[in-house]
Amino acid sequence: MIQFSEEATRRFQTILSHYPEKRAALLPVLTLAQREFGWISQEVSEYLSELMGYPPSDILSVATFYTMLHKKPVGKYHMEICRNVSCWLMGTYPCVDEIKRQLKVDVGEITADGKFSWNLTECLGSCGTAPAMQVGDRYFETLTPAKIIEIIEKLANE
Amino acid sequence: MNKILLVNIEKPDQKNIAKYRERGGYTALEKALAMQPADIINEVKTSGLRGRGGAGFPTGMKWGFVPTNAGKPTYLLCNADESEPGTFKDRILMERDPHLLIEGMAIACFALNCQLSYIYLRGEYEFIAHIMQRALDEAYEAGILGPSIMGKDFALDLHLHLGQGAYICGEETSLIESLEGYRGYPRIKPPFPATHGFLASPTVVNNVETLCALPWIITNGAAAHAAIGTEKSKGTKLFSVSGHVNSPGVYEVDMGYPLLDFINNEAGGIPNGRALKAVIPGGSSVPVLTAAECDGVLLDYESLLKAGSMLGSGGMIVLDDSTKMPEVLSVIADFYAHESCGQCTPCREGTGWAAKILRNLVAGKGKRADIDLLLKIADMMEGKTICPLADADVMPIRSFVTKFRSEFEALCAS
Repeated sequence: MIQFSEEATRRFQTILSHYPEKRAALLPVLTLAQREFGWISQEVSEYLSELMGYPPSDILSVATFYTMLHKKPVGKYHMEICRNVSCWLMGTYPCVDEIKRQLKVDVGEITADGKFSWNLTECLGSCGTAPAMQVGDRYFETLTPAKIIEIIEKLANE
Repeated sequence: MNKILLVNIEKPDQKNIAKYRERGGYTALEKALAMQPADIINEVKTSGLRGRGGAGFPTGMKWGFVPTNAGKPTYLLCNADESEPGTFKDRILMERDPHLLIEGMAIACFALNCQLSYIYLRGEYEFIAHIMQRALDEAYEAGILGPSIMGKDFALDLHLHLGQGAYICGEETSLIESLEGYRGYPRIKPPFPATHGFLASPTVVNNVETLCALPWIITNGAAAHAAIGTEKSKGTKLFSVSGHVNSPGVYEVDMGYPLLDFINNEAGGIPNGRALKAVIPGGSSVPVLTAAECDGVLLDYESLLKAGSMLGSGGMIVLDDSTKMPEVLSVIADFYAHESCGQCTPCREGTGWAAKILRNLVAGKGKRADIDLLLKIADMMEGKTICPLADADVMPIRSFVTKFRSEFEALCAS
């Protein structure tokens, strides 16, 4: 059985206190669960069902609406590369090719060491510093294939 | 050129509450707290401020729709779900001047008698959430938020709420559904959020940029704000410019500033000696303008409408003469197909098929009949859905195909 850590439990209580109705806390609670367990599995949805008082199917129906909530495992560093107009104009795909060359995994796959996965995403709001990608709470902007190599090396050694 | 929003944006220590206050921060809130809420609403009405998220609805009028006798709490929600392709203006305000947003929200909350308020921030902007949260913590510590704001008998709690990746949640009723903990399906209006919004209570949803204009308006007065800009478009506007320009970025200009001057001066012109081909002036959902159509166009709601486009969010994408327009449209169509919530059939099917047809055309596998089929799909989507996402796909499809038809035909020549 999975369970929130003590710290996550405290965070869970704080989240609940921010909303006049418990249901409104569901999205931040799903986010917390993903941070805790990596992705929103059936098991996670059952756990959250207990915590929140809604059926697991309801929890999953919400999770499946939002692209940042993962419905399958991702790498420790999940790279979301923007493919929208300005990034595309400024060279998203040469960067994607470099990512594939470096990581040797295709979109949606995870490297053997579990460290990396990648995906194409929609506009990140970095159009003026395109192309861009988001990795967790970090943005990497004005990307080039050379920069991609540096970033992957840096993350691999973190 | 006037500066209302980006006054202190270049100062690296502006995020710090002490520095913010040294530069006059939170004096507008202090002034507002000494006013009658109804007078603040009137001031915002007189200022001519219009919603900066895209629709351009008069802010004061929106506030005026909120009933004062509903017997339920009123909620102010800040729409920080910035995700319209080409738009990156709100993030600079939150990244570099987070207290400006908090001050604007506190003024709005006092005017609307709202004591619990949320910033709905797109989840991808988690790095901004750290900055905003630090600013919120500072504001609580300084007594600017909490049980008695700036010593006034008025309590205000302000929380950050992160989205988790859904463009549609920038639509206000979808934002409310999402905040309530559901899939972000837009709601049928009426009832409008002003009476039945978050938790079926009176709710105002305002964009980051709109809220950030409030401290200046309170400090300098509605008349000073109404003196900037054009007859119907008042104040300044942030434009985030990207694509084929030498100096992409966020610039604040008076409403009514000439579009071509903006591209050539603020944005530094087109690189590599190339010529302008087209401009998407207000985010990917507005009709594209050809270079010839840009002549004489001013950056305000009315002028852009007259030119056949829209001001939208101010997310400007500039395209030079090397750009293949069918490819750009295909990228845009993929976006709307991906972001359609799937609730309304015309949008779910229409955006999906338009994207497939365009991918096929770009791959050289299309037929001439596909071009008219695209226009027919646009007709079948327009105005037939709960929210404007389908229309947001219709406008680029129709304008790209009509204005650059020969490029689409050339793809099917074989």
